[in-house]
Amino acid sequence: MSLHGPPSRGTGPDTNGEQVPRRRLFAGVSEFFAEEGAKAGAVAVASTIFFFGGAAVLISRSANWPSVRDQFFNPDDFSASAPDVLEGFWLNIQLFFWAMLIIPVLALAIAVMRSLRGPAFMPLRILAVVYTDLFRGIPLYLLIVVLGFGVPALQLGGLPTSAAFWGIAALSLSYSAYTAEIYRSGIDAVPESQRSSARAIGLTQWQSMRFAVLPQAVRNVVPALMNTVVSLQKDVALISILGIRDAVREAEIYKTRTFNYTSYIVATLLFLAISIPLTRFVDYYTARDRAERSQSQI
Amino acid sequence: MSGSEAHVGPKLELDDVHKSYGDKRVLNGIDLSIADQEVICLIGPSGCGKSTLLRCVDLLDPINGGEIRLDGEAITARGVDANEVRRRIGIVFQSYNLFPHMSVLDNVTLGPRRALGIERAEAEARAMELLERFGLADKANDYPNRMSGGQNQRAAIVRSLMGDPEILLLDEVTSALDPELVGEVLSVIRDLADRGLTMVLATHEMGFARDVASRVCFLHEGRVLEAAPPAELFGAPQHDRTKQFLARVIEAGRL
Repeated sequence: MSLHGPPSRGTGPDTNGEQVPRRRLFAGVSEFFAEEGAKAGAVAVASTIFFFGGAAVLISRSANWPSVRDQFFNPDDFSASAPDVLEGFWLNIQLFFWAMLIIPVLALAIAVMRSLRGPAFMPLRILAVVYTDLFRGIPLYLLIVVLGFGVPALQLGGLPTSAAFWGIAALSLSYSAYTAEIYRSGIDAVPESQRSSARAIGLTQWQSMRFAVLPQAVRNVVPALMNTVVSLQKDVALISILGIRDAVREAEIYKTRTFNYTSYIVATLLFLAISIPLTRFVDYYTARDRAERSQSQI
Repeated sequence: MSGSEAHVGPKLELDDVHKSYGDKRVLNGIDLSIADQEVICLIGPSGCGKSTLLRCVDLLDPINGGEIRLDGEAITARGVDANEVRRRIGIVFQSYNLFPHMSVLDNVTLGPRRALGIERAEAEARAMELLERFGLADKANDYPNRMSGGQNQRAAIVRSLMGDPEILLLDEVTSALDPELVGEVLSVIRDLADRGLTMVLATHEMGFARDVASRVCFLHEGRVLEAAPPAELFGAPQHDRTKQFLARVIEAGRL
């Protein structure tokens, strides 16, 4: 079950066979149908319809459903708010993109700093520990507020004052602290003997890290990293606190003007449009990675 | 003990070497002097310090007392560049430890290219020569998990030879292998011994030790209890501990 557990020996298909791991885009669901047979499949379909159908009936029979429907699912408001929310969402995508460039690099640097050995590297290790403790310890919301409102208010010359900049900075600081810990768990999972043999062929500590340990460490944690990406994609919405006109902010503006919440549903659907495919891809990738690992054992 | 004159003295000397891991004392004053082109086999029960001794010689673990000298020069002294020393010594581990994310060729050339700054083409030419010699030329582009244990271990030996080490340390290199794969690895080691490479082997293969060793050292509780040419040590062991150990080995059918 564990992502980082040792690859299971001998359970994969024959190594000389043509069998390619099935591409499980809906891991769990399609597996179920493949393994359980037609009768169990019919039961599964029936109970699914019963459950979700029942939920739909219950909701629609609620006394307030018509007004909730108008408040949240109004087609006119949907099309009226969609262009602005969509434009705001484009900003979310851009900020997400920048954070995605900064976080992996920063996190890797922190993780490596923390994994260096020897007394000479003590200051770096301390720095890395303080960094992760600090930025994992502060709620992201507070970090965004403090950096986004606080730093520009200082009016220091040379520092950018744009809310978007500080929003990304807050996201990057917080997420890189988490991501650094993910990398570090990957580094720790590489057997000590790998480091020994790298040192034994004359590589320096840094070279051993760079050429022997890190490539294996990163591969160990790719699934965990991708989950972080999914989470980041949504948390970008938090920077709307700073008044940046992203999707959430645009939805709020529309709501304030019309007292209708449909704009929030628009924003919700936009976020889902990115995060669901992303999640599916993570599942697919994880399953493939696991299959490859168990297959590559002789 | 004299022998500080670099070229006439012993190749490798261990002088009262102590090593503990936490409270556990593993090496308890090892004294050992190894001449150029000697093949030394370290034998003894598990936990007697064989592997630790080899790791200490390659400076993979720092020692807590005593001194290790290579060509008369103290490599455990302060201020010695450990990377520089490791480039003169090769070590092969029980579990091969090839880098799983690289092909055999990349595994073997990584050290020369990165530590010694040798051009890729030159390193690869040398690598192919050695792989050829050890029957692995057709495996050059394979990944370690696609090969047998014996092939892995031979590739690991090639990797350790790439820097032309003055001494090769082998840490129970056949212990993780299926019995039918032991032979191919031992024949590689025998070939190296015939070419006059100075080697220190920790091993459980007593028959092999008897064949290739110039001297066999019996380690007990972190000390060299007895060191003698194989015929002597196996034929007429001096210490009770050595006799007991050999008796058990014979019982297990390993000699």
